[in-house]
Amino acid sequence: MLCDNCHQNEAAVHLTRIINGKKEEIHLCEECAKDNAKLNTDQNDLSVQSLLAGILNNNFGFDQTKFYQQNTLEDRQSSSEFEVCPGCGLSYQEFASKGLFGCSQCFNTFSERLDNLFKRIHGNVRHSGKKVHYLKQQEATVIEINDLKAAMEKAVAVENFEKAAELRDKIHALQKNMEADGND
Amino acid sequence: MINNLSDQDWLNDSGPEKDVILSSRIRLARNFNDFKFPNQSSKDEKDALLSEMCSKLDFLAADYKFTLMEELTENERNILQEEHLISKEHLLSPAGKALFLNNDQHISLMVNEEDHLRIQILHAGLSFEHLWEIIDQLDDQIDARLQYAFSEKWGYLTSCPTNVGTGIRVSAMCHLPALSISGRIDNILGTVGKFGLTVRGVYGEGSGSVGEIFQISNQITLGHSEHEIIENLTAIIIQIINEERKSREYLVRNNFLELKDNVNRSYGILKYAYQLSETEALKYLSRVKFGLDCNLLAEKLDNNFFSELLFKIRPAHLNYNNDLNQNNLNKKRAELIRNKL
Ligand SMILES: [Zn+2]
Ligand SMILES: [Zn+2]
Repeated sequence: MLCDNCHQNEAAVHLTRIINGKKEEIHLCEECAKDNAKLNTDQNDLSVQSLLAGILNNNFGFDQTKFYQQNTLEDRQSSSEFEVCPGCGLSYQEFASKGLFGCSQCFNTFSERLDNLFKRIHGNVRHSGKKVHYLKQQEATVIEINDLKAAMEKAVAVENFEKAAELRDKIHALQKNMEADGND
Repeated sequence: MINNLSDQDWLNDSGPEKDVILSSRIRLARNFNDFKFPNQSSKDEKDALLSEMCSKLDFLAADYKFTLMEELTENERNILQEEHLISKEHLLSPAGKALFLNNDQHISLMVNEEDHLRIQILHAGLSFEHLWEIIDQLDDQIDARLQYAFSEKWGYLTSCPTNVGTGIRVSAMCHLPALSISGRIDNILGTVGKFGLTVRGVYGEGSGSVGEIFQISNQITLGHSEHEIIENLTAIIIQIINEERKSREYLVRNNFLELKDNVNRSYGILKYAYQLSETEALKYLSRVKFGLDCNLLAEKLDNNFFSELLFKIRPAHLNYNNDLNQNNLNKKRAELIRNKL
């Protein structure tokens, strides 16, 4: 069998593609297969960006024509549509066409639109899982403070005021530490 | 210790469930505050992040080799990619990109890939829990030294919205010859898609795969914990392993002579051919591996041959002197396989 592309070499690569529900067989020689990057191992990654651009440009019901007709230039510039990320200079339009955030501040800049986007991609809008170091520490401290508070109330209840005062100082110290970490 | 996997190399075929699972991989996508993401940053900004990382992550120096991607030849970069130590993305426009590669070659840290940092760990066979322990610990070590971009609501912030949350991608490379031969593969892989997982042929495109090798990985990264993601993937992979084994048994019982003939013919071609294209080689190697796992092969063979040859027969590996054309590549590939079998 000859190659479908160059019609010269013997076909060595046989591919099945499904287009509009129809199976299509393609036979290529090794050279042409290589050219066409048919053996490309990361082909899926390419379409991820274009799929995303599709979702993002759809703008979740945002009607661009209507928007231009009904709003003056000033209104448009103050609209979030034209908002530019202070961290990297990316506009929402650029984000939408690229499908990539430009920096960590983009998430705040475009936050209003992200729930919808994440819902479509992940079916979820809230992270559950690992947390960064300082948040984990904060959580541990909050738990410790709560435990100490409970112990302090117990001490007060049995009128052990010396113990209660000691616990109160400990709580204060932990709270101060936490505030300091937060300002880091 | 981050590299306590030295007992076995990920490149061999000796891991758990090795008759079906060639290798397991976990990668984490991470970024840092105060630096633009690589898709927006200039070469200078990329270099600034690199030097910040090198100084803050000096603990890596003992076990990792640091390389600027620009300093490698194109072929050297391709070799790393063929061994799955770096991604395709990391090959392209190497300026400002770097790699920390663990001396045992299980762990790679790609800097300025799509995200500031991609941490990846690989191992032979099925061993996600073990890999997670190691990568989680390494991630903590980095977290203690540099501030990750993280939000309580959205988790780890990544360039691509598809990685936001845990930033984790867990994947297994599966050899599924019996499901492929019996045609059950399409049905099973279609079902897998309903559980938030993706499957793709590793060589070739669409649902078909040259060499009958498929990569199965999680797709959703937001809203499920790392453990849930790993458990979900593992549960489904174990079912696929069972289905593959059932199909192997069935095929061997019902088509014994035909299969034995096919396997040993494939071996014969690999053993005596003087020219082999990559596709051809993959096809026959897959059958020989299948034959070895099902005791259909007349020859005695070291079980490590498959994973090793999978990347050694690829173009960059064969062509490290950069002096071979297509015909010579095919000749050299055949020679390599002949000597190995
Ligand atoms: Zn051709
Ligand atoms: Zn930004």
